[in-house]
Order: sequence, then C-alpha cells, then structure tokens
Amino acid sequence: MRTTTHAGLAPVRDVLANGVRVVAKESRTTPAVTIHATVYAGTICDPPSQPGVAHFISRTVDRGTMTRSVDEIAEELDSRGVSLSTSVNRHALSLVSTCLVEDFDSILSLVADIVRHPVFPEGEVETRRREIITTIRQDEDNPASVATEALMEILYGSAHPYGRRPRGTTDTVETITRSTLQAFHGTWFVPGALCLVIVGDVEPERAVDAAARTFGSWRGAEPPEITLPVPEPGRQRRVRVIPMMNKVQADVAYGFVSILRSDPAYYAYWLMNNILGQYSIGGRLGDSIRERQGMAYYVFSSLDANVIPGPLVIRAGINPANVERAIASIDAELSRFAAEGPTDRELAESKQYLIGSMPRTLETNIGIANFLQTVEFFSLGLDYDLRVPGLLQAVTREDVHAGAQAVLDPQRAVIAVAGPYDGPLR
Amino acid sequence: MATLAPQSASATAVHEEVLDNGLRVLIQEVHTAPLASVWCWYRVGSRDEGPGLTGVSHWCEHMNFKGTTNIPRDKVKGIIEQYGGYWNGYTWVDQTTYTETATRDALDHMLFIEAERMASCLYDPADCESERTVIISELQGGENDPDQLLDQELTATAIQAHPYRHPTIGWLSDLQTMTREDLYGYYRRFYLPNNATLVMVGDIDTDAALKSAARQFAAIPSGEIRRPVHTREPEQLGERRVTIRREGTTAYLKLGYHAPAIGDPDFFPMLLLDAMLSGAKGINMWASFRTPPPQRSARLYQALVNTGLASAVGGALMPTQDPFVYTVSVTATEGVPLARVEEATLAALEIVRRQGLTAQELRKAKNQLRARLVFENDSITNIAHQLGYFETINSWRFVGSIAQRVEAVTLNEVAEVAERRLTPSNRTIGWFDPLS
Repeated sequence: MRTTTHAGLAPVRDVLANGVRVVAKESRTTPAVTIHATVYAGTICDPPSQPGVAHFISRTVDRGTMTRSVDEIAEELDSRGVSLSTSVNRHALSLVSTCLVEDFDSILSLVADIVRHPVFPEGEVETRRREIITTIRQDEDNPASVATEALMEILYGSAHPYGRRPRGTTDTVETITRSTLQAFHGTWFVPGALCLVIVGDVEPERAVDAAARTFGSWRGAEPPEITLPVPEPGRQRRVRVIPMMNKVQADVAYGFVSILRSDPAYYAYWLMNNILGQYSIGGRLGDSIRERQGMAYYVFSSLDANVIPGPLVIRAGINPANVERAIASIDAELSRFAAEGPTDRELAESKQYLIGSMPRTLETNIGIANFLQTVEFFSLGLDYDLRVPGLLQAVTREDVHAGAQAVLDPQRAVIAVAGPYDGPLR
Repeated sequence: MATLAPQSASATAVHEEVLDNGLRVLIQEVHTAPLASVWCWYRVGSRDEGPGLTGVSHWCEHMNFKGTTNIPRDKVKGIIEQYGGYWNGYTWVDQTTYTETATRDALDHMLFIEAERMASCLYDPADCESERTVIISELQGGENDPDQLLDQELTATAIQAHPYRHPTIGWLSDLQTMTREDLYGYYRRFYLPNNATLVMVGDIDTDAALKSAARQFAAIPSGEIRRPVHTREPEQLGERRVTIRREGTTAYLKLGYHAPAIGDPDFFPMLLLDAMLSGAKGINMWASFRTPPPQRSARLYQALVNTGLASAVGGALMPTQDPFVYTVSVTATEGVPLARVEEATLAALEIVRRQGLTAQELRKAKNQLRARLVFENDSITNIAHQLGYFETINSWRFVGSIAQRVEAVTLNEVAEVAERRLTPSNRTIGWFDPLS
C-alpha cells in the first residue's frame, strides 16, 4: 500500500508484501542519494548473558556475503567513492550509504546483499574481535564513556538492556563466535524488521521499485517480541565515583529516568529539556556553569524518551577541583526549575527555536533520512513534519512546569563522576 | 567583481565585491532550502601568536561571543535562535571564523552581529577571567584523549621554528597568565575589515545582500595590519622521535611528515597519495567533522587493520597557507607491541615510496575525491565555508578548480611526491606508550 501526503516533506511510503517498509523522498540539492537501511536489531536484542553481539554484528555484517568476498565489497565501494557506515544503538542497527546518483542501483543491491546474505567469515570474525576489544579498552580509558555507562547501569540495573554496556565487555566479546552472529542474524534480520529510507536525486517511484527489486524476494519469520522491563523510578539520590587518576578532567553524568516517547507529555518534556540544557549554549545549565561560573567548556542535557521511559541525562566536563561545586549548581538549577517552572519568555523562545530549526534539520539528505527513520520507528505519521509546530505550540507553561516537578528532583538523581577525582563526594 | 561557475542548477555564480574599507564580500545564491548562511573570516590564527601569547587567537574568538556596544551581554543568545538558527565559530592555525545559519529572513541580523563582532566587542574584564577557566577546561578535556595529546606533541616536535608548532588552544601557562589587555590589543590589531572576508550563501538575493552588507560594514574603518614575520621552517636533517609515557589502556602511533602548503604544486599529488594510503576525506574541514568510514581497500588499511596489527588507521593532509604536517595515525590492536605496528607502517610506506602505486589505485582515489566534493556541498553552510576557508589561505577561486586539479594529477607526480616526502629524514615518529 503506497501512501503519501501533499504538503511539507511529503515522503512516499510503501510496505512490500514481505513486510519491508520503504520510505522515499526526492531531493535535488546534490546529484547524490542517501540509502538508510535500519534493522530493528539493536543492543536490546543481545542475549542477556552475551552483551555485545549486536555491536559485533555491526562490525562484521559488511565483511563478506554469499556472493561477494570482503575485498570485493571494499573494492565496489571504494572504486565509486561510496561511504558505507554501520552503527548500532539500543534499538536499531543501521547501514547508511551516500552515493552518486549514477551508482544508486548498484549500491542499493550491495546494501541488500549485505543485509540479507552476510556470511561472517571466520577470519574476519577473529580480526574484528581484536578491534572490538581495543575499542572497549579505549572506552575504559575515556572518562566520558565511563561516566555515561555507569549512569545507565545505575538507572536501569546491570541486567537491563538499557543498563548493559552496549559493546559488551572484553570477556563477553571473547565468547562470541561465528555461529552466535549467524544465529542473531537469522533471528533479527528479517523483512518485518527492516525500514529502508531513500533520500536524494531519485524519483520516489523509482526508489520504491528498486527497493522491491532488491528486497522483494526476501522471506523470513516475524521478529520476536522483546519486553523491556519498565525501570523503577529512583527513590533516592545515588552517586558513583570512578577515579581515573591518569586523566586531567572529570566527566559528570547526572540523570533520571524520563518518560515514553508516546506519552502525551513528550512535547512538554522536549521543551523542558531545551530550556534546561540545550537552548543556545546549553540552556540554563550552560548559563550558570559555563557562562557565569566559568567551570566547564561543555555542559548540556539530552532527552531520550523511548519505547520505555528513556533517560534524561546532563553531561559536563569539569576541572576536578570544581566537581562538587558544579554538581551543587546542577542541583540548584534543577530545584529552581522544579519549583518555578519556565518563564513565559523562555517557553516562547524555545518553541520558536525548535519550530524554526525544522528547515535546517531537513536541509540535507542525511538529515531528512534520520528524521524519516525516527518518524517510522515511533509511528509518528507521514505528515509529522507539518504537525510538529502545532504540537509544540500547544504546550503550556504549566505543562512544562509539571514535567519539571515530576522528574527534575536532585534528591532522586543518579550521578556518576569519572576522572582524576576520588571524593569526598560519594 | 568576479564569478565562479555554479555547481548546480539551483545555484548562481559567486559574486565578489570589495568594499572601500577593504572588506571582501562573497555571495552565492543557492535556492534549495529557505535558509541563509553567513561566515565571517579573519586572517588571524595561532600562526600570528608569539611566546607568552599562545592561545590568544582562540581566546579572542570566545570573547567575541560575549557582548558588544550594541548587543548587551545577556542579549547575545537568542537573536539567531529566534530564526531557528545555529551559530558557532572556530580558530585554527591560519584563520578565525564565525558562522550563523538560519532561515533567510535572519540575514540582516546575522550581518549586524558580524559587524558588531568586527568593531565593537567589549572584553569585559570579569568575562575575560571567567572565560580563562572555560578555556583551560577545553584544553584539559582534550588532554584526556591520548590521541589528541600525541598529536600535539608530534606537531611540536616535527615543526621547530614556524609558529604552527604550538597548539591553537595554547600552552597552559600562557592561558594562566595572559591579561585582558593582551586579549583586547590582539583583537584590535587583527579584527579589521581589510583583514576579513564575509561570505553569504543561500536563498538570498545578491543585490539585496550586498546592500545589507554595505549598510552594516561600510562605516568600519580599515587599518594597518601589523603581521609578525613568520620564520621559515628549516629543512629537517634526520628522523625525530617523541614518546609519551602515561597511564592508559591503548597504544597509539603517529607519523608526521612535512607537508606541502596549499599553493605548493605538491599539494594535490599529496592529497591523492593520502587517499590511496588511507582513503579520501574530501577537502572541507567543516564537513569532515562527519568523518567518513575508512576506505578498506586503501594501502594502510590493508597492511595494518586487515592484518590485525591495528584497530584503526587514518591520514590527514590539511590545506594550510604554509607547510604543515601530514599525519598518519594508527591505533594498535590490544596486545600488539608498538614497535611491530611501527615496523609494518614504515614497511608499507617504503613499498609505496620504492614501487609507487598503480593506475587503478589512482583512478579509485580520484573517484573517491570526486564523490566527496559532491557530498561535502550538501548544505549552504558547507558551501559557504569552502569559499571563506580558501580565500583566507589562498583564494576563493581555488574552490572551483579543486575537481579539475584532482583530475589532473598523474601517477608519476604521486610517485615522485611519495619518493621525495616519505623519507626518514622528513618524518617524526610519535608513540603513546601506555603505562599499565
């Protein structure tokens, strides 16, 4: 069934008979096309005892198919100057490729082959294992990664798919074999789990036809359902300090469990987060900690409302001598926000900014492709770009204040500090 | 007035005009989205800094976001945001630049901000003090990253005389001791219309944009630019080494070779050489923040990553006004000794130096660069960046000739550049050797 809308972005959406979703948008800015293939096979799909499988897949899936060797794939991409990047987050594994329009058909066929027929050659699995272990060791030496991973573990619990380390540990990665990867691929890489977004200098009908040609014959079972445990809201303040005395600066990750993406309060939370830690340079937090007190080069907040209540995280890089003062400032800003809510002016400014930034978000092919993948993942509707302004305009000061009261409570915050600091904060 | 042929049907040629005060204005209409991008470039960067003042260009950049005579400190934020816009700036060796991209109706506001920035910044003493710790935090955040630390040490070892040797962020003691007067004096010395280029690209009208620019900037007086004399880097006489021993988990190798400046005939052969060694990156420093994935058929990827010795390898040739350093950066795989990684890297480079590369590799590198040049023109912000960047280090006309210059490079030129430049006496070898 092919559907479209007639104003705004107006992408064309089609669902192939096998369940593959295709969303296409023509854009003639450059003679190039972005192919954004997302499989709902993120790190939440990792076997509980073996975190790191989805990430391992992302590092090996493009290393050989039933008909193409690893070198042939490299040659096919490199000879055309095509970039193909694979990445994975909690919910999805994505292959994103930008190519010249003349190479579109060939590259889409290649992407389809990689998604459908990877063979995970034994030698590649071993070489990439060493690479992954090196990456994990780099993360362990990076205070920003260490603080963020600790925060997620405390917020969700070490066994929860949101609380596990997304790349696994050096131990779990050692246990992953070729057959682990094949089994994961067989289970999770199925037509019903794929959303293919094509944006660029190609007519939508041609894009959809090409998708049908390359993915139409694919057969597979429905992907399994995963039930993610809903996290308990925090009842008390929890602090973890991870001393890394070889470093110069400390990283702070300070957060809460927030709400569902589908919660009607989402738009109030979006504005709350913008006012708190985004607007201009880091919102209220940036004003206080960077601009007025000069304590940090960066401080910001981010909101990841998701299919379960996702995290709201504040991040800052702080001189170790200022860790306590910076955390006290974050506490104070949150308490003030929860007590007073936003000002009318702040709310109006953030609305204006978020609505006005839509054309910039949707300027490039990759910007449009990312947007359309989000729309598809959360079932926001093909006219979502047109509805965003109204959804944001409808939010009242009281809505944002209620959000702040519900979540921004320092007494229930989780705080992780990693860097050349070992107390007295505990 | 001069023009550069448009890259696509929705773009016009570049229009150039120099105002009476020496401000060079470049305008290109690109009607693909209802947006406008402004970049204001200054020919000032860490190359212009002397002892005791390292980091002053970058610190000035920070101060130039902190209020002007007609934009009070607390009103700086919000002007561009109210048009859904984004603003930023950066400082590097040859340049300091400021940018805004927002809906096209914000153009006059962007030009007003840039004119104020050029002539009327406040440098309030309390703000200078509070920014000192922000910048030191930026420096220390960088030092948390072993690769960045090694890069800084390698550059300072490879370049001994030219001011490119010191980091743009500055040395810590200079950041601790510099005064408000140092900052303000430096600002007044270099922020002159005749030392700047204003670039406007997007869904705008050339005549109207030019009038707006004249209205905002014409009254700013030009001045004499007192530029320091730049020491020429003497020839390196033998291989140099630098080793960082610090606690860490991962070992890094970095090679630095004296590289050609943008105006040197070696530059484009070297760009192709780098693409064949480590994959093409394009030539837009702003767009390249979106690092492309490695091109896996490249020589060094094959020799180091596919053999399991390294988990990552990358090359970097930056377009600069004077000769800078071409770097090859390698992350050693867990458990592989650095000496082995070094040996394999040098061996792979020596094969290229002695035997050259193949016509097929050259063709591939050209295709990669041709595609990158298209991809990196995907936004008006990126298009505008290129015009200003090249005008600051050479000429904006360069931008229109890049594709042709890439295509013109021959295999012999690449082989000759590799043979002459990838020599032991032209290189510095850097190790980050972690203490466990």
